[in-house]
Amino acid sequence: MPTDIYLNVAVSGVLTGLVYGLMALGLSVIFGVVRVVNFAHGEMTTVAMYLAVVLFATLGLDPLLMMLPIAGVLFVFGYAMQRWLINPFISRPEHSQFILLVAVAIILANGLLIVFGPDARSVQTSYAFDSFMIGPLIVDATKTFAGAAAIAVAAALFAFFRFTRLGTAIRACADNYTGAQVVGLNVPRLYALTFGLGAACVGAAGAMLALITDVTPPLGPSFTLLAFVIVIVGGLGSMPGALAGGILIGVVAAMAGLFYTPSAKGMFVFAILVLVLLFRPQGIFGRRA
Amino acid sequence: MIGRLVADVPRRAALALSVFFLVLLVVPWFANDYLLTVLILIFYFAYTGQAWNIMMGFVGQLSLGHAIYIGLGGYTAAVLFSYFGISPWLGSFAAMLLAVLCGAIIGFLAFRFRVAGVYFAILTIAFAEFARIGFDHFTYVGGSAGFFLPVSNYSQSDLWTLRGKPIMFYYLSLGMTVAAVILCHLMIGSRIGYFWQAIREDEEAARAVGIDTFRYKLLAVVISAAMTSLAGVFFAFYYNNLFPEEVFSINRSIELILAPIFGGLGTLFGPILGAFLLTGLAETLTAAWAALGVDVPGAKQVFYGICLLLVITVLPDGVWPWLYRRLGLAGRPE
Repeated sequence: MPTDIYLNVAVSGVLTGLVYGLMALGLSVIFGVVRVVNFAHGEMTTVAMYLAVVLFATLGLDPLLMMLPIAGVLFVFGYAMQRWLINPFISRPEHSQFILLVAVAIILANGLLIVFGPDARSVQTSYAFDSFMIGPLIVDATKTFAGAAAIAVAAALFAFFRFTRLGTAIRACADNYTGAQVVGLNVPRLYALTFGLGAACVGAAGAMLALITDVTPPLGPSFTLLAFVIVIVGGLGSMPGALAGGILIGVVAAMAGLFYTPSAKGMFVFAILVLVLLFRPQGIFGRRA
Repeated sequence: MIGRLVADVPRRAALALSVFFLVLLVVPWFANDYLLTVLILIFYFAYTGQAWNIMMGFVGQLSLGHAIYIGLGGYTAAVLFSYFGISPWLGSFAAMLLAVLCGAIIGFLAFRFRVAGVYFAILTIAFAEFARIGFDHFTYVGGSAGFFLPVSNYSQSDLWTLRGKPIMFYYLSLGMTVAAVILCHLMIGSRIGYFWQAIREDEEAARAVGIDTFRYKLLAVVISAAMTSLAGVFFAFYYNNLFPEEVFSINRSIELILAPIFGGLGTLFGPILGAFLLTGLAETLTAAWAALGVDVPGAKQVFYGICLLLVITVLPDGVWPWLYRRLGLAGRPE
């Protein structure tokens, strides 16, 4: 095989990985602050994908343009869910939170099944088969746009947490729950805001994923698992870690598909997860707790 | 042994349990095949719930990958029976051995490298997913096309090869559940059981008073894995087919932990009550939907999800501890 193929597959893996990384970033932000593991993450992703599909099918709106409105819808959804559903569970044990979010996942997945049926849906844009030639590389146009958008959204979120007062307040909640309450921060509202922001990442990522893959209602758990793997490999709670983990997993999956067989790429992904959990449980970019 | 079994059971509870058990024993004479299948499903969940509860309810280790033991158990016994004609009763020992080995590896890695809490849960998912994809490519057992046990129309049930009618599987599943409850009752009241509960409440403190936490956590994983693998053997011989996408899936792991959490974690009767309520709810919904003539795929599950959500919001400890208090019983719910 010529080297070109490896490079092409690697670049494609990086770009897809960035989008998955953005989805995982949502999980990381939510866990890092609210300390709740969002087991409905994949289902929220499929909801966002269906929103993109429907907007494209009925109004002809491009998912890349609809990325921000869909992120907005998911923000409201996430905010409301944290505010009224999850907040009473903050101090309850993990398994209790787990059942709650599994229930949410069941409702979302089957709600989608009722509305859209079991058939796979996708978005076919006019530029679906376009590509750029960069030297020996042939880069898929859709994936390039999606990868760039993922970086932009992640950068905006990073800037928000780093440089705004609200972002600083949220980080304070993450660092010290009691301390944040003592200095008068409205913790439940900030938690809801964080969950909303995490859900907004999912919304943006979902809109772009609709361009890359088909969507069916039962796809949720596999997205949830993928997000877990990425976040743990990158470091739970680390924002650059989520993107880096996404890239790593994207490249590994693409390479496994090339060298071995596409259906077995999940095995390599989970093997990496096990290795990271055992030898660097804080993740590649994480700090030790 | 028998003395210890009944010594700390209050007389009223013992009477209630006996009546309950007797009713279950004679049910097949009055029930049709449909009701029998529902009850088999209930016992399957009560049994697996009991097995999972050892790890989570007794020792506080959240496993979300128990499907791996179901799958390993099912495949081992099914392959031994189909390819070599070995009875599932003997195959069960091989199944347990393999599950114990697998559980020991997962437990050893996790506890040796201090993988705990959410991370431990995700490690267990990772192993189950790994097995799922591995079996998808394992052509000796059919790969993703699945593995099928030989079936024909049985006029009589053959207990030795587990080929037969629902009534045999009914008594088998009932027996397994009762045995699991007795085993758990004995374990939780033993020295090991107290060590487990100490680890669950405060692992640091348990270590400080000299409990070898690594060994006892590993023991819990191994026992739970062995018990779950038997449920896998049951699954294989009852349904007569195995698909990696089906037996190793995350959904299988999740469905078997719902009953114990819903019923009451760490209690003996909780998983049983949870299995009755959840399976009962699901079947009632199916019947109600059919009676109403509604045929919308997914509608039933949405309703099921809403019920789950409401109950876990209102009764975070599960139904059994709440019911226990309402019944005015003293002490801690068992």
